[in-house]
Amino acid sequence: MALEEAGVPTVAVHTHVFARLVRSVALANGMPTTRQAFVPQPIVDKSPEQLRAYIEAADPISGRPFMQEVIEGLSQPLDEQDLKGLTFERSTPRLLEPDTEDHLRQLFEQNHWTDHLPIILPTEERVAGMLEGTSHAPDEVVGRLRPTMFREYWEFTVEKVAVNAVMAGARPEYLPVILALLASGQTARSSSTNSFAVFSVVNGPIRKELGMGDGIGALGPYNHANATIGRAYNLASINLQGGSVPGDTYMGTLGNWYNYSATFAEAEERSPWTPFHVQHGFKADDSIASVFFGGWYTQAGYGPRETWQQKFRHSFAAAEHYLPPIIVMDPIAARGFVDLGFDSKEKLIAWCARNARVTAQEYWDNQWTRTLLHPLGVAGVEPYAGRLRADPDELIEVYTADEIKIIVTGGETQGAWKMFGGVHRDGSSVSVDAWR
Amino acid sequence: MMDKLTVHDPRGYPPKVTGKRLAPRLEKLDGKVLFLVDCLFDNSEVFMNQLQRWFAQHLPTVRLKNIKPRESWVDDPDMRATIEKEGDAAILGVGL
Repeated sequence: MALEEAGVPTVAVHTHVFARLVRSVALANGMPTTRQAFVPQPIVDKSPEQLRAYIEAADPISGRPFMQEVIEGLSQPLDEQDLKGLTFERSTPRLLEPDTEDHLRQLFEQNHWTDHLPIILPTEERVAGMLEGTSHAPDEVVGRLRPTMFREYWEFTVEKVAVNAVMAGARPEYLPVILALLASGQTARSSSTNSFAVFSVVNGPIRKELGMGDGIGALGPYNHANATIGRAYNLASINLQGGSVPGDTYMGTLGNWYNYSATFAEAEERSPWTPFHVQHGFKADDSIASVFFGGWYTQAGYGPRETWQQKFRHSFAAAEHYLPPIIVMDPIAARGFVDLGFDSKEKLIAWCARNARVTAQEYWDNQWTRTLLHPLGVAGVEPYAGRLRADPDELIEVYTADEIKIIVTGGETQGAWKMFGGVHRDGSSVSVDAWR
Repeated sequence: MMDKLTVHDPRGYPPKVTGKRLAPRLEKLDGKVLFLVDCLFDNSEVFMNQLQRWFAQHLPTVRLKNIKPRESWVDDPDMRATIEKEGDAAILGVGL
C-alpha cells in the first residue's frame, strides 16, 4: 500500500484462504479497494507446473481468470471510491447497552469476546473492585497490541485490562501481573498460521504474595492465580488487539491449547540455579513477568538419565529450528544436572547450544526457516549466513546460547523436563512492581 | 421481568482509519516496467518465475524486473525506492 501511496499501481497476489484477512487489512488501512488477486492455497510444495496452472486458472474468489484480475488491476481506470479511499472513526464504548445476563452472555459469545468458556460479566462494580488492585489511574494507557505485524495497533488502558481480568475470574491482587504481561506488547493471541501461544513466567516476591503455583501441576490447571492470570492475558489479548477470530484475525491452522492459559511461577527457592529474572539483570527481590512467544512444539523427558545427552540431542533435532527452546525442568532434574557438573543454567545452556545440531539440508528444508531466516542468510546476517554457507550434509548448530532458556518449576514427584518452542525477546520481561 | 445489567465493553481502542487513494492506473502495459516482487514466502519465488514466463509468452512487450525485499515481513524502503524510481507498476506475491 505504500507503493500505491507513492503513485505506483500494484496488484497483491494472495492465496484464497486469506481473502477475508487481507480485505479487512486493506479496509483498516483506508484503502478498501486495493487491487488483490487470489490463487488457491497452498503455494508451498507445489511444482512449477502446478503453480503455472494456478496462473492459467480462475481466481478462486472472483471466479474470473486470474490474469485478467491482475492486468485489469493495473490498468482499469479508477472510480470515485478508489480516489478517496475510506475514512471513518471506529470507537468502542466504555459501557454496553444494559441487558439481561443471558443476553449479555450471548452477545459476548457471538462477538468472539471470550475463549468460549464461561466468563464473569464485567459489571461496573466488579471492574471498580478489580481496579483496587493497582494504584494506576483507570484511563492510563498501558500499551498497544496487534495480532500480527500486518495489522494496525489497538491501544488499551488500565480499565480495559481490568475488564478482561474480571471476565477471566482473576482477583484484584493479580492485576499488576496481568498489566505487566500486557505492557510487554506481546499478544498472547498471534494470528500466525503457526498457531502460536505465549508462555509467561513470574519471578520474585509477587509469586508468594499471590500464592502462585510452582509445585505439583505447576503447568496445569491447579492454581487459581496461575490459571486466571494466564486466562486474563489471553482474553485481554483477544479483545484489546481487535479480535482473534478464525479466518479474520486468527489463522492458526491447528490451533493451540496453550492459548487458554499458560502462566506459571519459577520455583526459585527449590532451584539449584539462579532465577530467570536475575539471569536477565533484575534483582532477586524484583517481581518480574516474562513472556515467551512460541508454544508450538513440545518435547519431554526425564533425567538426567544415563542417555540424557542423546535424548536432548534428539529433542533438539525434532524441534522446529526457527523457534528456540525454553526448557522447563523439575527441581529433581535440575539437581541431577548439578550433580553432573552443570552448576549453573549457563553451563547447561552452553552444552545445549553446542549439541542442538542438524544437517544444513534439514535446517533449511523447513517452510519457516526458508521464509524467515533464509533471506537474512542471503543478506549476510550471522549466524544465518554461516548456516547457509555450510554443506548440505554438514551438522550445524541451530540455536545460539542466548536464545535457549531454562526455568525450574514443579512438584518433585518426578525428575521430569519439558521443552517448548519459546522466544524471549528484548523487553519481554516486565516489572510487576511498576504496575502495583 | 429479568433485571438488566450494565457491563463494560472489553475491547481496546482502534485507530481512526484515514482514507488513501489508489495510484493512477496505466492506460496500457505495453513498454512499461513491471516489477515482480517476491515476498519471500516459501516457494513464492517459483510462483513469481512462472508469472514472469506467462508475461513473456502473452505480453512480451511488458518489461519485467524481479526484486526481493531484504527480509520477510519487514518494510524495505530501499526496495520501494527502486520500484518508485524505475518502475511503472508492481505485482506483489505471493503474500498471505
